[in-house]
Amino acid sequence: MLGNDHDRLLGIKPNLQRRALIYHHTRAFFLEQGFLEIETPIRTPAVAPEQHIMPFKSEDWFLSTSPELHMKRLLASGYDRLFQISRCFRKGEHGRQHNPEFTLLEWYRTGADYRHMVYDTEQLVLTVATRLGLGHVIRYKDEGIDLTPPWPRTTVRDAFLRAAGWDPVVEPDPLRFDTDLVTRVIPSFAPGRPTVLLDYPAPMASLARLKPGQPTVAERAEVFIGGIEIANAYSELVNAQEQGMRFRAEVETIEREHGQKMPLPHRFLDALAHLPECGGIALGMDRLVMLFCNADSIDEVVAFTVDTA
Amino acid sequence: MEISDVHKNSKVLIDGIPYEVEDMEFMKPGKGRAIYRLKLRNLSDGSTIERTYHSGDRIDEARISTHEMQYLYQEDDHYIFMDTETFEQHFLSGVQLGNKKHFLKQGVVVAIQMMGDKPLGINMPTFVELEVMGSGIGDKKDTFSAQTKAAVLETGYTIAVPTFIKEHDIIKVDTRTGTYVERVSTRK
Repeated sequence: MLGNDHDRLLGIKPNLQRRALIYHHTRAFFLEQGFLEIETPIRTPAVAPEQHIMPFKSEDWFLSTSPELHMKRLLASGYDRLFQISRCFRKGEHGRQHNPEFTLLEWYRTGADYRHMVYDTEQLVLTVATRLGLGHVIRYKDEGIDLTPPWPRTTVRDAFLRAAGWDPVVEPDPLRFDTDLVTRVIPSFAPGRPTVLLDYPAPMASLARLKPGQPTVAERAEVFIGGIEIANAYSELVNAQEQGMRFRAEVETIEREHGQKMPLPHRFLDALAHLPECGGIALGMDRLVMLFCNADSIDEVVAFTVDTA
Repeated sequence: MEISDVHKNSKVLIDGIPYEVEDMEFMKPGKGRAIYRLKLRNLSDGSTIERTYHSGDRIDEARISTHEMQYLYQEDDHYIFMDTETFEQHFLSGVQLGNKKHFLKQGVVVAIQMMGDKPLGINMPTFVELEVMGSGIGDKKDTFSAQTKAAVLETGYTIAVPTFIKEHDIIKVDTRTGTYVERVSTRK
């Protein structure tokens, strides 16, 4: 067993070396643009209640599922450009692209919306690729992926109509949505280019604002590269009342379906009244490293996973 | 059990039919429900199916026990075994046995997987040692290639062996692939 671990760790050394470089170039990218790097608690009294994201308990508190709420509390106090690379924890998420403990890069900009965050992502990914010496076209799983911006954008509605034959905005069906997204829609994306999905059905807005003049969809975007979901962007919801209502509905669903009582994040909801218009995004660092290392599985880019810890 | 407790090699029951999980893929949209795609092998007939489950779904666990049984004889496509504890007789079909049927020697004791009183499959050693009975050995028309020739084993199975193998040699065979591994002993 020890011998196996020794060989495994030695085998992924080039990936871990590249991982360190990716962190270095990512930090440089944000610092050059005047972003402040921050750290927020990993152990916290409340997380954003979300039906399909199960937190680990830590005594009466939780391990962070995302640094979002604390970062927004800083924005509400007058910080304008923030980024963070933080460890997050989500129970039960374990697969080729998932480990229950993983690394999120989140950044926020005041005065920006979800489109701006996608633009940032294009610049970030291209900058890192260039500084790694990979150029505009990276190789991933026998496919050349051209990272030149702008990346093709499509609405969720159009992508579903094309690949799954139904309109999730007109007939919301969350179970069918999640299944078709991973089994039909994502596999239909052109392999040689990233894809940006825009405008999620309003019931899947989470912490995003609804689109002005088109309240059946939310200003939420997801970025996919090489079939991997890389990042999730919002025009952030700054209405404390509406956010409180959404959270209470989630708390009720979680209690009904999982029998688990979740506290409301009161300090965040209080701060939300002062949150300026802003955009935010969460990017899976392990998955970005997978892309740049041409790795098929998260195990190849993380020194120790839940299976080897 | 919860679908989240299922893993590769789990034995499950779907519509009363036992399956073994050959492969499991976990997929999850960031904010969405987890999806489990299972590749399942039917333990009765060896066929495979795919099924998709969602987090929270439940799946029946198949209760599989293992019994030591002695191989008695073959009748048509039925391979008859006797439980060494209860002396009850059971049979497995050629499909259920797969490649392994070629290496069953009369009287040998093997482990049979059972669900209730229904035999599902056989656990056989990866390597078995069998005697070459060897009709046609050295015969030109039975030569597979320059280095190998055909040999008939004591179980009646024909296998490619190196040309130096003689009648009554004992050879080691890989039961997963059905191929020759090495010579164990030779007739004096």
